[in-house]
Amino acid sequence: MSEHLLEVKDLKVSFDTYAGEVKAVRGVSFYLDGGETLAIVGESGCGKSVTIQTVMRLNPEPPARIVGGSILYKGEELTSKTDKEMRSYRGKEFSMIFQDAMTSLNPVVRIGKQMCEAIRIHEKVSHEEAKRRAIEMLGKVGLSNPETVYRRYPHTMSGGQRQRVMIAMALCCHPSILMADEPTTALDVTTQAQILELMQDIQRETGCGIILITHNLGVVARMAERVAVMYAGQIVEKGKLSDIFYHPKHPYTWGLLGSMPDMQERSDSRLTAIPGSPPDLFAPPKGCGFAARCPYCMEICLQSDPEESPVGEGHTARCWLLNPYAAACRPVPPVGRDKQLVTPEVAGYLERKGVTQDGQ
Amino acid sequence: MVCKELIPLKKYILQRLVISVITLWLIVTVCFFLLRLLPGNPFASTTIMTQETLDRMMAYYGLDQPLWKQYLTYMGNLLQGNFGYSLKYAGRSVNYVIASTFPVSAQLGFQALVFGIPVGLLLGILAAKFRGRAMDAGINVFVIICTAVPTFIIAALLQFVLGLKLGLFPVAQWKSFSYTILPTLCLSLGTISGYARSMRTLMLEVDRQDYLKTAKAKGLGNARIVIFHQIRNAIIPMITNLGTEIAGMLMGSYVIEKIFSIPGMGAYFVDSIQGLDYTMVMGLVIFQAVIVIVANFIVDLLYGIIDPRIRVA
Amino acid sequence: MEKEKQPIVDGGIDPALCRPVDRSKLDTDQIVRPSVSYWAGVWRRLKQDKLAIFCALLLLVLILLAIFAPIFSPYQYDQTDLLSSNLSPSAEHWFGTDSAGRDMWTRVWVGARVSLAVGFIGAILPFLIGMFVGSIAGWFGGWIDMLIMRIIDIGLCIPSMIYVILILVYLGGGPQAIIIALAVMNWMGPARGYRGRILQFKNREFTLAAETLGASPMRIIYRHILPNILGNIVVSLTSFVPAAIFMEASLAFIGLGIAPPMTSLGQLASDGAGMYRTHFYQFAIPSLVISLIIFAFFMLGNCMRDALDPQLRDEMSTSALRRRRRQEQLQKKQKGAAK
Repeated sequence: MSEHLLEVKDLKVSFDTYAGEVKAVRGVSFYLDGGETLAIVGESGCGKSVTIQTVMRLNPEPPARIVGGSILYKGEELTSKTDKEMRSYRGKEFSMIFQDAMTSLNPVVRIGKQMCEAIRIHEKVSHEEAKRRAIEMLGKVGLSNPETVYRRYPHTMSGGQRQRVMIAMALCCHPSILMADEPTTALDVTTQAQILELMQDIQRETGCGIILITHNLGVVARMAERVAVMYAGQIVEKGKLSDIFYHPKHPYTWGLLGSMPDMQERSDSRLTAIPGSPPDLFAPPKGCGFAARCPYCMEICLQSDPEESPVGEGHTARCWLLNPYAAACRPVPPVGRDKQLVTPEVAGYLERKGVTQDGQ
Repeated sequence: MVCKELIPLKKYILQRLVISVITLWLIVTVCFFLLRLLPGNPFASTTIMTQETLDRMMAYYGLDQPLWKQYLTYMGNLLQGNFGYSLKYAGRSVNYVIASTFPVSAQLGFQALVFGIPVGLLLGILAAKFRGRAMDAGINVFVIICTAVPTFIIAALLQFVLGLKLGLFPVAQWKSFSYTILPTLCLSLGTISGYARSMRTLMLEVDRQDYLKTAKAKGLGNARIVIFHQIRNAIIPMITNLGTEIAGMLMGSYVIEKIFSIPGMGAYFVDSIQGLDYTMVMGLVIFQAVIVIVANFIVDLLYGIIDPRIRVA
Repeated sequence: MEKEKQPIVDGGIDPALCRPVDRSKLDTDQIVRPSVSYWAGVWRRLKQDKLAIFCALLLLVLILLAIFAPIFSPYQYDQTDLLSSNLSPSAEHWFGTDSAGRDMWTRVWVGARVSLAVGFIGAILPFLIGMFVGSIAGWFGGWIDMLIMRIIDIGLCIPSMIYVILILVYLGGGPQAIIIALAVMNWMGPARGYRGRILQFKNREFTLAAETLGASPMRIIYRHILPNILGNIVVSLTSFVPAAIFMEASLAFIGLGIAPPMTSLGQLASDGAGMYRTHFYQFAIPSLVISLIIFAFFMLGNCMRDALDPQLRDEMSTSALRRRRRQEQLQKKQKGAAK
């Protein structure tokens, strides 16, 4: 039915806590095709990690609970699968790279053993075969003398090396989707570039789909084809790179673009940091989640949550400003129309990829 | 690879040896003078004797000498491995007493450890895995009862119920294996509850670690995650106290040995302090200290083998 | 109903609602979750815990009995009556009498007084000493630290029985002597632990900040570091009190207890332990009371530890878990019934 590799529809996830139900993800929909990269951006705590961890069902249940929605992978429904059934998907179909490779590798088990176990759980291969493949993979991710690395413990390696090991481990069963949860946040700039390059190479070679979580828009411009902007447990805007960077429609996206370090230095910029902080998802607001911080807030925004409305091909946003009646009452602010919100760095990446203002 | 690790290891062992000898010497010295601070003399309570016999006894054991001279003599003997003779039981050497009582206490302690540690760990793991459920609550109550009821009360109760009423096990004495069951059980309760409690906490701590999420993301089954990744990491900090724990258990427990009339070292020790049997107390203290030091040393070496992070540092 | 609430008219919005909102009236940092201070949060969780309430009440009852029962008893704790020795519990002597004909009800509660006093003071005193010594060692470091830590190393190697006997021989078998003996036995553990904690906080930014402002070491320790580890201290104290009562009981069994006719629960229980074949109640009653006291303290400490652990804050409470499971079972049943 679905022609997409992965399709998430109206996913809702809650956490049951002492204080009550925290609605961490409130109706998220997106899709991913093979060979493409989808970036999910947003402030910390907006539900990015919860969303992709729910796809893999990594959140401990309880306290996490899928309240509604569906996750279709190659046409198969995943939300109704048991933990045991999900096991054959984890590592084999989906793999995950975490932010902190330091704490994500078991400190008391040799790297090789951690990799072999991932291979042998999914494929019936001999120990020697698994070892051969692990070493091959370690070589592929650019680690010099992989045989030594195979025998080492995680703490003897640098952050960049460990992240390479994580990637090698994630790839050793040739997954069709690689999920990367802020893979470069904990690394220094030069290592960041290397790791991103590595991920691109791997995608080119294996044709896997990548879901990349980040809050670095430079990384988005460099890596992704499509972007989803998340705020307070919802996707407020999604679209192609050119849509998001050159024709953003949601005030939060404007704010996000405007709060990039480079933008703040530009004197003509009226939008700088977004004031305030996101709402507490313990009791999400009745209206738009962003209303309280939105410079273009209207009465209706406080009363009712806007629907997702299409603004272009594959480009949607959740905002009352896009409603024709609102537009009639209130002129759409100039931002995003005649104003450039793209930093030179991002513009450079976009240009190299051939993304233009006119939408390619 | 092996050679690289060997050289610092040798140096490390040597260092530990020197520190151990100094510690031992300090312990001996402090104990020696502390004991002499106690009022009274070892022969006062045994029999009513004349001043003349008393003086002769004191002279015989060298107790009439100035304290520093006694100390030097004692240290001299000690260096030759001679702990001296008991002041209470004429003709019994301290070495003989240790040789005859230690195996009893050690057997009891060893049995209690072999039974107690695995059971304790298992209970801790189960409690952590079934956190917040009936299993967890039940284990918690059991652990707290074990820590709350004084040992002699548990021992007396077990004796009363299992020994006297049900007649399952012999109540006292030390003859065959069946005689060791009740005291082993009593002695291991403390170990079980201690290990269960810390293992539960440690398991829950490891539960929050990212590498467990990685393991889950790899598609591993729950059993493998728990056994291979969680328990392995949780168990490491438990090793720190293992040395003291083992040493303490091997030395015997006064309460248990007294209640079950077991001829072990624990009972001997307390009796000797109360009877001011200087040489006996000193001998037992030194023996005990050596065991603690050796056990701690072995555990530290073990730690290095189990935790790779320490091995390199 | 829902549709009526929607302010959408013919696919558009009611123009009245499109007025811009006065932003100065909006709270951009909306905090919906009530901001609970640390201790208020602890108290809230503790109150929810039925087990904690039960243990606290049990302890309260036992403490009140220990204070008032001997006062209202017609017998004195040391009043012997050889004609009525070893009587089983009756209306006259609720807990029976001992071999010297003393009323066990009175003696048990007098003993509980002693045990509780020994427990409280015998736990707090070594703790304070240990905290003081540990903070000196941790803060000043260098040779002071080295010296203190070596003393502790050696002290821990020498069997505590030696000092205990030494102290009891000098001070006699009163409760004070037992407390001092407990203090000498137990100060070293907290000193070691507290030193580690101080070291852990010594190089934190807020400590350094206070230091650059010219605060004295003691002020930094007690103003800035102590509040951070207070929770931890409270939890360890709740386990120290029962441990002290426990140790007193063991000492009593060894024969190093309170000298008669004064008594403690441990003393009574260990006296009774020798008689359990003939007069079981003399063993069972004091044993039960002492076990209840220690049990209630430990349980309360456990609950407090759970309430204090901030990491448990966002996780699901046991009661909420149970509620969920019940709901799931109900749903399953309904599904089954529908089929």
